[in-house]
Amino acid sequence: MKKWNTINKSTRNNIITIGVIVVIYAVCQLMIAAGAMSNLMQGLLVPLCYYSILAISLNLTVGILGELSLGHAGFMCVGAFAGAFFSKSTQNGIGSSFVGFLIALLLGAIAAALFGALIGVVVLRLRGDYLAIVTLAFGEIIKNVINVLYIGLDGKGFHFSMKDSEALNLEENGTIIINGAKGITGTPKHTTFTIAALLLIAAYLIISNLIHSRSGRAIQAIRDNRIAAESVGIDITGFKLLAFTLSAAMAGVAGVLYSHNISTLVATPKNFGYNMSIMILVFVVLGGIGNIRGSIIAAVILTLLPEYLRFLQDYRMLIYAIVLIVIMIFNWNPTCIAWRKNHSLRDILHSLTGKNKKEA
Amino acid sequence: MKKLKKVVSLLVVTSMAVASLAACGTKASSGGDKFFIGGIGPVTGGAAIYGQSVKNAAELAVQEINDAGGINGVKIEFAFEDDEADGEKAVNAYNTLKDKGMKILMGTVTSGACASVIDKTKSDNMFQLTPSASSKDVLALGNVFQVCFSDPNQGIASADYIGSKGVASKVAVIYDSSDIYSSGIYEKFKAEAAGQNFEIVAAEAFTADSKTDFSVQLQKAKDAGAELVFLPIYYNEAALILTQAAALDYKPIFFGCDGLDGILTVENFDTTLAEGVMLLTPFAADATDEKTAAFVKAYKEKYSDTPNQFAADAYDAIYIIKAAIEKSGAKPSMSVSELGDALRGAMTQITVDGLTGAGMTWSETGEVNKAPRAVVIKDGSYVSAE
Repeated sequence: MKKWNTINKSTRNNIITIGVIVVIYAVCQLMIAAGAMSNLMQGLLVPLCYYSILAISLNLTVGILGELSLGHAGFMCVGAFAGAFFSKSTQNGIGSSFVGFLIALLLGAIAAALFGALIGVVVLRLRGDYLAIVTLAFGEIIKNVINVLYIGLDGKGFHFSMKDSEALNLEENGTIIINGAKGITGTPKHTTFTIAALLLIAAYLIISNLIHSRSGRAIQAIRDNRIAAESVGIDITGFKLLAFTLSAAMAGVAGVLYSHNISTLVATPKNFGYNMSIMILVFVVLGGIGNIRGSIIAAVILTLLPEYLRFLQDYRMLIYAIVLIVIMIFNWNPTCIAWRKNHSLRDILHSLTGKNKKEA
Repeated sequence: MKKLKKVVSLLVVTSMAVASLAACGTKASSGGDKFFIGGIGPVTGGAAIYGQSVKNAAELAVQEINDAGGINGVKIEFAFEDDEADGEKAVNAYNTLKDKGMKILMGTVTSGACASVIDKTKSDNMFQLTPSASSKDVLALGNVFQVCFSDPNQGIASADYIGSKGVASKVAVIYDSSDIYSSGIYEKFKAEAAGQNFEIVAAEAFTADSKTDFSVQLQKAKDAGAELVFLPIYYNEAALILTQAAALDYKPIFFGCDGLDGILTVENFDTTLAEGVMLLTPFAADATDEKTAAFVKAYKEKYSDTPNQFAADAYDAIYIIKAAIEKSGAKPSMSVSELGDALRGAMTQITVDGLTGAGMTWSETGEVNKAPRAVVIKDGSYVSAE
């Protein structure tokens, strides 16, 4: 007990969060093995992980760096296509193996980070809401570019076109890898719950360690008071760029998980559009801006909710919206916060164990 | 004390998690005395109208069959889940239906979502018949059958029709490059047009993000002197194109595929603009044959709406499944995989007369063989173009 108290607070928090993830992971695996888990839930395990990664990576930009990004789905899209492109074009070789998947993950992260850095290097020098505007545009542009992008592979190597698949002039045995609006089909299904859960833990560790590092303190100083941070010699653009690029890279990893989870990858307004970016932002806002653990919880709840509301049939999305509003009020309304304080789980536990609050 | 608190809270969290996961646990019945057919399609979002039509018509067909005593005396149970026309959601819908005990899949409605589900049905060896997913990608794994024409066939048939009937010599195409259906038809149309006696003078694309203003595309078609504009798109955009073409005083022949069916039902659309529009569609609600008339009447009575081609496809799909079950002698007690094998074997042997074609047969690859029909809009209704 004493030892536990001597560990510093952030480490304790990390251990608790990771512990909970590991326990949930183990319970899920046990239930799958016992055949006690529904097909729907089994299918949702991987999406839950990559949505959580998306949520915590956006929280790095929005909560820790304090900049608004409205194009997070764009980075996910870049990562998804980069990873799937690699796996598909090497599917007869390394792409079909586990090592190939690791390379795909790495490539997805690098590609997304590259675009993040490209945008950040220009926009993060400015003050104000420019990042929101530019990322919004980026998300839309990348989706449209991919929809007209045709890449084929044959004996002579890669062929590119932005017109149609005929213009690729492929040899007879050539394969089209990215087929414009039809995207990439037949990506190997490499993503497993284990890998997704491991990557979620890794993403969580990276972000929480960053926050409590020297760089993290610098980033938060920029968020809290830019002028003060500048006056003590913090490299504003550099640290902003670091956080933003890291956030983009993680979104790229989530994208690779996404593209290797379902066999077709198409860039539609539904999966990589503006609405998706807002959805991720909603995870962050409802989970608490700057609260990494909260982001994961919000992502999990809000991904499960529409699926478990299916019994409402046509009213599903209507009720979903109402539930969002209710959660928002419950989380942030001062009266609700006061009520929660008076009726917290902790107090109930204490009253059960016969201890009063003050002793705790 | 703190330790106890942590332990207790952890236990509470874990037990809550387990309870929530198991609450929805596997209710899948292993035997069952009904054929459980599941349907997947968008009933919310931008493509909702297609999913809703499929859902309505399938429920109508199921009700008819059940009222008539079922298939070999066995009733059908039908459930429909929403996929918002998205691949990821379609997989979720599929899993939900599996939990409910689905053994035969009638879906999905849209091509993109369907392509995500095919490898799930492949690994479960579940029988899948899609009413309206027309992309070639849907057939990639060889385990899916289609009720509608595949996109390439529609493109080829359209080019053939325009060429062989000498409808026009200069053709412009306006298509949605971000849509699988539209770009799939366009590609084959273009390839087939090379051997025909007409010329494509303009091929203009738009995307899902910019589908409200078509004046640029129309102006280009007009400047190129196109006598016919080929529209391999859905009717909502086509209605806008017709309206905007009229504003430009541009009056070519408009020619479309099955997606154009329903254009007369668009709200606030001046249907006189659609006069003379030609389309290749397997179904026209105004057809006078007994089958179609009965279907349209029943559909109108139940849903007070005119059925479109998606509804007809779904209605046929249920009857095709019925025919396949009868042919194979499948029993509801069979497992998903056994049913899959039995029905797939029967599919290539049956011939079905449906709303969307007489004497429909299926090849090993899952493509349907039926004759395309061209109709032209005259006095606000579809009449045969012959």
